[in-house]
Amino acid sequence: MNHPALPYSHRHHQDPLPGAPALVVERLSVVYPGTKRLALRDVSLTVPVGARVALVGANGAGKSTLLKAVAKLLPIRSGEIRIYGNPPGACHHRVAYLPQRGEIDWRFPVTLRRLVLTGRYVHLGWFKRPSKQDRAITDTVIDQLGLTDLADRQIGQLSGGQQQRGLLARALAQEADLLLLDEPLNAVDAETRAIIVAVLARLGEQGKTVIAATHDLGRLETDFDGALYLANGREVAPPPGAFVGMKVGI
Amino acid sequence: MNIIEWLIEPFRFGFMQTALIAAVLVGLACASIGVYVVLRRMAFIGDALAHTVLPGLVVAYLNQWSLFGGALIAGVLTALGIGWLSRRDAIREDTAIGIMFTGMFAFGILLISTVRSFRDLSHILFGNILGVTTDELVLIAVITLGTLALLVLFHKELELTSFDPIHAEVIGLRANRLRYLLLVLLAFTVVSSIQVVGVVMTSALLITPAAAAALLTQRLSRMFAIAVGIAVLSGIVGLYASYYANVSSGAAIVLTATALFAVAWIVHSLRRARQFETEDEELDAVYE
Repeated sequence: MNHPALPYSHRHHQDPLPGAPALVVERLSVVYPGTKRLALRDVSLTVPVGARVALVGANGAGKSTLLKAVAKLLPIRSGEIRIYGNPPGACHHRVAYLPQRGEIDWRFPVTLRRLVLTGRYVHLGWFKRPSKQDRAITDTVIDQLGLTDLADRQIGQLSGGQQQRGLLARALAQEADLLLLDEPLNAVDAETRAIIVAVLARLGEQGKTVIAATHDLGRLETDFDGALYLANGREVAPPPGAFVGMKVGI
Repeated sequence: MNIIEWLIEPFRFGFMQTALIAAVLVGLACASIGVYVVLRRMAFIGDALAHTVLPGLVVAYLNQWSLFGGALIAGVLTALGIGWLSRRDAIREDTAIGIMFTGMFAFGILLISTVRSFRDLSHILFGNILGVTTDELVLIAVITLGTLALLVLFHKELELTSFDPIHAEVIGLRANRLRYLLLVLLAFTVVSSIQVVGVVMTSALLITPAAAAALLTQRLSRMFAIAVGIAVLSGIVGLYASYYANVSSGAAIVLTATALFAVAWIVHSLRRARQFETEDEELDAVYE
């Protein structure tokens, strides 16, 4: 892997601790800045390398909060997060985060290709321009997600499902080992759903670790290896008959 | 007098040549940074920065310091102050801007009212492109080239943090630092354009050309090109208008930009109407 000459963050290249799980979360509590309510209380989670884990719960259950804390987008109130044995932010290129669609300004004049290319920026750092190889990787993942014909469209001219695939393409372009996906299957069409599910399966085969938030109880057993159920910021027991799979929580 | 003579005539005068170069340079800088100002919805902050440099200008004027220096210090302080006030969610950014903007402007007006002759400072408020000195021209050139160079160097980061600051944070790129960079560049640009159109109208050079360009294209590179074209053209047309019609040059420049925006708006509306027509025809074809 090419290391950037001038990385955005100087804690860029800590190697994974041998044998460490992809993600360990211990008794994590999170409060949104400027509020008092605990958005996450004492949540613990262990995800082995190569596992695909679903975070399941209603809106406001704490799924996004957990993903954001792992991506170092939110400060931790108490508890601990270890990513391949290191604290969050220690290896930016190894962690990809797929935001909910509403968090991006879709009216901004960039093409889908350019959006996906931003997945390579973590490998470039300051001042370096994308190389031919970066562009080739971008084109490959765009093709994998069935977006080649749309690559030169402005991102606002895409359907919701196409935008979602574009965001996943960017996460893939980053070539990260741990992918944090916030509602990748929320309100997408059948075609997009099939493509995204196939990509998730392939990621599992490649030994990549995937943690995805979802409020959809259907098909969990085919798409994931394990599930953590959340409500009101805490881990809760799975509903009767719901998929459990690999043990990831307490 | 033929058309060529008519075009060349004003530039027999040295001050008109200086004014022309100043207008082109300021147009370049304002329109380029203006694209980010418009796309990041920072129009209010651009206007505010132009107004908040007033006390800096007045203090510098009263002490016979460099007007540029006074304005720059006030502008950069405001840029940092706004960023600092709104860094947490307790005060929203537009509120912070509103407070800084009016407070600083009022302070500037208060200082002006202590000066006997308001006339001396009227060119600060409304611009005096015909009075640009060689020293000022050099400063304007340095600011323009510096701004353009930084916009090019940091283009990929500025672009990313504009439409997806969260991804920037995830890869360790602090979106806030880029915002500070943009605010400081904006302060420099605003100060250089005050000579041309004055405190009150500076935001027109920032916003109007970029807003017109945003109506005409959805490609960022073309948006920069069109915005720069409009700003430079406005500067030149405005100069001719002020020479031949003997009107205020700042106002003429701003009004030319406004007129070009109106043209862009009409082109945009016609295009949309045609787009709907084609879509209707396509739908008809499907139903048949």
